[in-house]
Amino acid sequence: MTHRVSFARKLFTYIALLVLAVCSIYPALWITMSAFRPGTSLLANSLFPKDFTLDHFRELFTTPNFPYGLWYWNTLKIAFMSMILGTTVSTLTGYALSRFRFKARKTILTTFLVLGMFPGFMSMIAVYIFLLQFDLLDTHAAIIIVYTFGAAMSCFIPKGFFDAIPRSLEEAARIDGASHWKVFTHIMLPLARPMLTYMAMTIFTGAWVDYIFARLVLRSKENWTLAVGMWDMVANFQSSNFTLFAAGAILIALPITLLFIGLQRLLVEGLTSGANKG
Amino acid sequence: MNTKQQETALQPSSAGPAHGKTAAVLSVLGMGLGQIYNRQYTKGLILLLLEASALFYFVRNLGHGLWGLITLGEKEQGMQKVGKLTQLVPGDHSIFLLIEGLIVLLAFIVFLAVYILNVKDAYRVGVARENGRKPNNIAQTIENIKETKFAQALLTLPLLGVLFLTVMPILFMILLAFTNYSFPDHVPPAKLVDWVGFGTFKDLLLLKSWSKTLLGVLGWTIVWAVVATVTTYFGGLLVALLLQQPFVRLKGLWRTIFILPYAIPQIVSLLVMRNMFNGEFGPINQYLAYFGLEKLPWLSDPFWAKVTLIIVNMWIGIPVSMLLILGVLTTINKDLYEAAEMDGASPFAKFKAITLPMVLFSTAPILITQFAGNINNFNVIFLLTGGGPINENYQYAGSTDLLVTWLYKLTLDRSLFNMASAVGIIIFIIIASFSIYNYRRSRSYREEDMIQ
Repeated sequence: MTHRVSFARKLFTYIALLVLAVCSIYPALWITMSAFRPGTSLLANSLFPKDFTLDHFRELFTTPNFPYGLWYWNTLKIAFMSMILGTTVSTLTGYALSRFRFKARKTILTTFLVLGMFPGFMSMIAVYIFLLQFDLLDTHAAIIIVYTFGAAMSCFIPKGFFDAIPRSLEEAARIDGASHWKVFTHIMLPLARPMLTYMAMTIFTGAWVDYIFARLVLRSKENWTLAVGMWDMVANFQSSNFTLFAAGAILIALPITLLFIGLQRLLVEGLTSGANKG
Repeated sequence: MNTKQQETALQPSSAGPAHGKTAAVLSVLGMGLGQIYNRQYTKGLILLLLEASALFYFVRNLGHGLWGLITLGEKEQGMQKVGKLTQLVPGDHSIFLLIEGLIVLLAFIVFLAVYILNVKDAYRVGVARENGRKPNNIAQTIENIKETKFAQALLTLPLLGVLFLTVMPILFMILLAFTNYSFPDHVPPAKLVDWVGFGTFKDLLLLKSWSKTLLGVLGWTIVWAVVATVTTYFGGLLVALLLQQPFVRLKGLWRTIFILPYAIPQIVSLLVMRNMFNGEFGPINQYLAYFGLEKLPWLSDPFWAKVTLIIVNMWIGIPVSMLLILGVLTTINKDLYEAAEMDGASPFAKFKAITLPMVLFSTAPILITQFAGNINNFNVIFLLTGGGPINENYQYAGSTDLLVTWLYKLTLDRSLFNMASAVGIIIFIIIASFSIYNYRRSRSYREEDMIQ
């Protein structure tokens, strides 16, 4: 069945799509252009600069009191470690809570649900003192530990995923003599690849962009992450050196943005399966 | 069948020595003794070592920890004459005492739980011996754990982490609301903190300056959450409807472009937006001026700041709703539309009767989650306006502060920890009521055990 769609409707649709596209792209385009613009000012006469310069990017990696390269390395390290450990912890937790029945199960699920609803800032003070007690302040290990076990709280996404896998699958394997561990590693994990990717992505980006907790724990400048550094830059230098900020912003945003766009198919799955997590 | 066997094994036999009781009594006396009596030497020794180290820890810390929890310290820091010199003598640090007390208490609860398990285990193995079964050796025990206690083994480490890094801090936060921990009179180490019961809540609700701020901020928080949720939801619906029309070419490309605002990390995009809406130099006002329009006080006027927040939030939030709704739209049965067309329904009638109800039905739980999320939407407010512009009628809050950013300011800028905790508990009650309502309705809760 083919319909004749009126020309007016087509025109209107494409104009609307075009306007939306411009709105979506404009801020990214504007900050990119600012990063290549000579000078330091926020004020610009036109969106596209007359001359392009790479000075601001060079400046990022050469300014001594602004160790951007070091921060980049720190962030990569923290985000990567948290991603591996956090995905493991949340997947194991979700798996245990999804596929097994034991006494404390319902209690644990309800507790996790309720815990997730507390605003985080007040508990940050307690975590801070906890880390102080164990002499872990200003270390990357502390940040990684906290992100890792924080990921355990998001076990509802893996749980929802494993819930949907039929019982018969593992029962067949069990009858053939496979241990629980073997069922988990040889049957469940391969099936869970999309979910694992989604979890890994969210934990990685979470660690990549966190500025609140990281700022609290990482005291010395050489231990900072990108997000903390950028936040500090906005607080202190931005008005005086906007174009440098722009260059820094692009280098932070680019990897994550590309990752998201590349994995956008997973986004919908993750969003919907996480919908009941509250 | 397996559990049934275990249950019969748990019945003590009438004849023969009472191994079960003996082992249980022994393991009450000392962790692992019952297991050693049961000839499970390795397990017994491990447990015994565990108890020794736990006792070593608790003897030194439990009493002091509980004392700290109850009194929050008794000795204030002060100048004292030591010999001939007057010097600063450190007093008790109430907050450290509170946290140490919590840690010791939680550790003790974990220890008690292990102790009870130890007694139960000794009893069970003892009874099995009465029935003529040989106790497992250590290798068999490990094998047994892998088969029957797999879930518990997987959960042990994550749960311990959650206990100390999530539960303990939250307990701490709740307790703070019942103390007077606040700047300037009760901040350790210089001063002690005391328990004050519901005093903080009374101040927050009854003192005029505080209750006015609470009501004002709460009101804006609700308005914000409703408007932010509705605008992004229907914005997303509109974009999805535009995009899914059959004649639209290059759907993938359009979708990728529209996802861009969601894909850019918020710390970057919001800080960029803050510059774009800059009242003096920002490009938005430059364009307005270019078209001969008046510049707008985007971030500096209370009303316009709120408008800016809503606009920017739409920019970030619409892509998410669009993705979700695009997903739902593909699942709607095409026959419905064909049937409607036969009856001569207009496009709008089709939308009202088929599309909207179907989409609303499948996304309702997500809508409530987003609403709850918007109540706590820290990033947008904090990075864009920082809660500003200043509101002189408020106690330490700006015109666009949400409860959660107000809480942040009370904590990190003002050190009014007790007040912040009370606000935190109020936020929790609001979020929890929505979320529990939502969760109880959701399929995953009701059908939880149907997959078995």
